[in-house]
Amino acid sequence: MTVFLPNTAEEVLETVRWAVSEEAPLEVVGHGSKRGIGQPVQTAHTLDLSKLTGVTLYEPEELVLSARAGTPIAEIEALLREHNQELAFEPMDYGPLFGGEPGRGTLGGLLAANLAGPRRLKAGAARDHVLGVHAVSGRGEGFKSGGRVVKNVTGYDLSKGLAGSWGTLAVATDITMKVLPAAETETTFCIAGLDDAAATQAMAIAMGSSAEVSGAAHLPEGVVGRFIDGGFSGGGQTVLRVEGFGPSVAYRIDLLSRLLGNHGSAETLDEAASRRLWREIRDGHPFADGSPAPVWRVSVTPSRGHELVDAFRRAAGANVYYDWQGGLIWMRMEADPEAEILRKMIAHLGGGHATLVRAPLAIRAATPVFEPQPAPLAALSARLKEQFDPQKILNPGRMDFT
Amino acid sequence: MSGLKMPQANAATLKKRAEIIADMRIIVPGEGVVDAQNEMRAFESDGLTAYRQMPLVVVLPETTAQVSRILKYCHERDIRVVPRGSGTSLSGGALPLEDAVLLVMSRFNRILDIDYANRAVVAQPGVTNLGITHAVEQAGFYYAPDPSSQIACSIGGNVAENSGGVHCLKYGLTANNVLGIEMVLMNGDVIRLGGKHLDAEGYDLLGLMTGSEGLLGVVTEVTVRILQKPETARALLIGFPSSEEAGQCVAEIIGAGIIPGGMEMMDGPAIRAAEDFVHAGYPLDVEALLIVELDGPQAEVDHLIDRVETIARQNGATTSRASTSDEERAVFWAGRKAAFPAVGRISPDYYCMDGTIPRKQLPRVLAGMRALSEKYGLRVANVFHAGDGNLHPLILYDANRPGELEKAEDFGADILRLCVEVGGVLTGEHGVGVEKRDLMPEMFTEDDLNQQIRVKCAFDPGHLLNPGKVFPQLHRCAELGRMHIHRGQMPFPELERF
Ligand SMILES: Cc1cc2nc3c(=O)[nH]c(=O)nc-3n(C[C@H](O)[C@H](O)[C@H](O)COP(=O)(O)OP(=O)(O)OC[C@H]3O[C@@H](n4cnc5c(N)ncnc54)[C@H](O)[C@@H]3O)c2cc1C
Repeated sequence: MTVFLPNTAEEVLETVRWAVSEEAPLEVVGHGSKRGIGQPVQTAHTLDLSKLTGVTLYEPEELVLSARAGTPIAEIEALLREHNQELAFEPMDYGPLFGGEPGRGTLGGLLAANLAGPRRLKAGAARDHVLGVHAVSGRGEGFKSGGRVVKNVTGYDLSKGLAGSWGTLAVATDITMKVLPAAETETTFCIAGLDDAAATQAMAIAMGSSAEVSGAAHLPEGVVGRFIDGGFSGGGQTVLRVEGFGPSVAYRIDLLSRLLGNHGSAETLDEAASRRLWREIRDGHPFADGSPAPVWRVSVTPSRGHELVDAFRRAAGANVYYDWQGGLIWMRMEADPEAEILRKMIAHLGGGHATLVRAPLAIRAATPVFEPQPAPLAALSARLKEQFDPQKILNPGRMDFT
Repeated sequence: MSGLKMPQANAATLKKRAEIIADMRIIVPGEGVVDAQNEMRAFESDGLTAYRQMPLVVVLPETTAQVSRILKYCHERDIRVVPRGSGTSLSGGALPLEDAVLLVMSRFNRILDIDYANRAVVAQPGVTNLGITHAVEQAGFYYAPDPSSQIACSIGGNVAENSGGVHCLKYGLTANNVLGIEMVLMNGDVIRLGGKHLDAEGYDLLGLMTGSEGLLGVVTEVTVRILQKPETARALLIGFPSSEEAGQCVAEIIGAGIIPGGMEMMDGPAIRAAEDFVHAGYPLDVEALLIVELDGPQAEVDHLIDRVETIARQNGATTSRASTSDEERAVFWAGRKAAFPAVGRISPDYYCMDGTIPRKQLPRVLAGMRALSEKYGLRVANVFHAGDGNLHPLILYDANRPGELEKAEDFGADILRLCVEVGGVLTGEHGVGVEKRDLMPEMFTEDDLNQQIRVKCAFDPGHLLNPGKVFPQLHRCAELGRMHIHRGQMPFPELERF
């Protein structure tokens, strides 16, 4: 098994060309922190981008940063922090869920997995912040798309096209992202004791208000004790994050307590506790306890999330919590993933998708990890794959149609 | 563009015109097929009126099933199709072709679902941008992207162009506010992408569709995010002796962590034209005027107004006024909003450009424009989405003077080249269409363009949907599919093992 460790974009191009000419598929990895997601890729050769590193451009006042694809996210976030900026979509860290260390992962992986976090609701995902890429297609051709400016409709947005492609279309070598000022401060408003349905209602009220909530999660009784070192007392917690300038945060927290005061007893978390809580919500913390039990991330219409859980629990045991106003359900199964039942129920409740983000290899090999697509969509996806990587050189089999 | 070459008309299609019209009448009964020359006249151009072409026939379907049947019919017979929304494109994206069915989506004009709990509206593509806001404003909501054409332009057209507006700095472009679509491919396949849930899996086809200018599929339904109206908004009107100082002020506002709801700049000629027209009270002794709008909770807006005023003073502002009422704020904006017609008053014709640049390059680009203005002997006025670097130079000319349109177009092309040269792009929000099609190689290599065309090949391998737009040359898909294998040594085999 050969591991290619290119230092430059030219070397990536050379490697892919070689692989094309030899018809030798490559597994494309950064730090390999998300290797446990998707169908297992089995190739003789690996294209490891962890040496293709370095921030090549950072202009805080222009809100733009470019880096080579293998640059650690941790390095980028540290640099941004020095200038009170951040990646506003709050990319999650899958490391702990797989029993790995936190803080791993590269910029390329961030785009390939289209990462997001609790702020997805307000700020979008990686796809919404990528401005441009340089990449090498599975044809062994280098191309670029986009640029370094936010307003750009010149040609197709291939940078977005690479978001969520899990390395199956092209190998990104350089990526330009929009960056934004970090909030001056944050506070979390917590309501205790709501059941899932009442919590969903409270979150909808908060999100539909002018309080500009940037995180809305519900942590039911069964998991709440695992957050912030057991710092919550009693019952489920419905948590709403408010970020911004000090006077504005105080004002909006007050607005929330006026709007939701009669929904249950409320308290607030200070900045430090709030930061920690949302990092844990972001990273699936309650399920990152070393157990290999299957974990789903399910995305549905926010108001339907709790209905799905309710219906599903009649069929199988699961431990859950909700993010994204109730629309993102983190679900740990007691035993089997029960993919078919779950997906049938999702379709029945108006659609969405379930991703089996953690499961033992044998289960992943036998279960569609990503939501199966209707025939015309699957055919279109397969045609797109064909246009970028006709010989299936890049991450063969990682997604179902690849 | 005056010498614009469009794809050669398909003679077989032209010959079968009567038969095609009859078949279209079967698919779309009633008033949905327009073939009389005088009635088709209304569709012969879009917002880029320098170009006109009568279509083969105009078809106005009402249902997704009809769109699917029309496209499948045309696909099977090799007939070209040009989609059209409201026809406000400024780049000729909806320009008809002599041998193409013009598929007009304006009868798809219903809002299908308003869902406040999930902050989403499902609309047919012919609903206007402002129509969505009107449908939800009584509950305090609005749809954020606000192109100046919002009373007329369709949400389907917005998706096709990835349209922006003054509020996009803070709230994002169309791409960031669309949750899902239904679309029909050229072969008739109906496909749904996304919905009220977030981040559908698989390839980001929604991202590719947004801004694809009607070349990939026909949008038949759109689900958008709606937002609660900010509690309050206030604007600052700030004058500077030069655009350098105004530009520095913008950089420092953002450097201070403030993202205003809108941040617009006008140069001297634009200020004077606007003031003459609407009497907004703009200072006339300044060379750059900034309008900075802050929105959000009252406490935040008041806090930030003070901070922005301080930053402006530190950067040499000679005048600064903060609005104290919504009426006053509207007056501040009136001049900016009327900038195009205001320029229209001082010149028989004007040509609106749309490049984006890294903001810090503004002084260089403005200086370059002044030089070009002298070279071509044509005046130029600038309005500028200052927060995100999107420039709208308005070139003043007189179409009745022989050669002046061509001169204006050459001037425009030179401005866009300059934008690309300083790290910017050809178009920020108006699209490539036919207008900037032939400039694409200024920004992209052949390999870059070929990979984009390959995306087109996945959606529409016969190049039947809106051909002649965006790409200077549409290579045949079979040709692009060929692999060029570079045989070689195994590169730098660092034989590390896991
Ligand atoms: C006065 C004025 C001001 C403007 N201001 C702005 C501005 O501030 N910001 C901005 O971004 N733009 C602006 N525009 C440009 C224009 O309004 C936008 O590009 C708008 O989104 C076009 O919408 P439309 O419905 O008119 O589309 P059309 O002009 O009909 O079509 C535009 C393109 O979209 C395609 N298309 C239309 N509908 C569909 C569909 N259902 N499915 C697939 N493809 C489709 C067409 O083929 C064409 O390529 C302005 C235009 C004018 C005239």
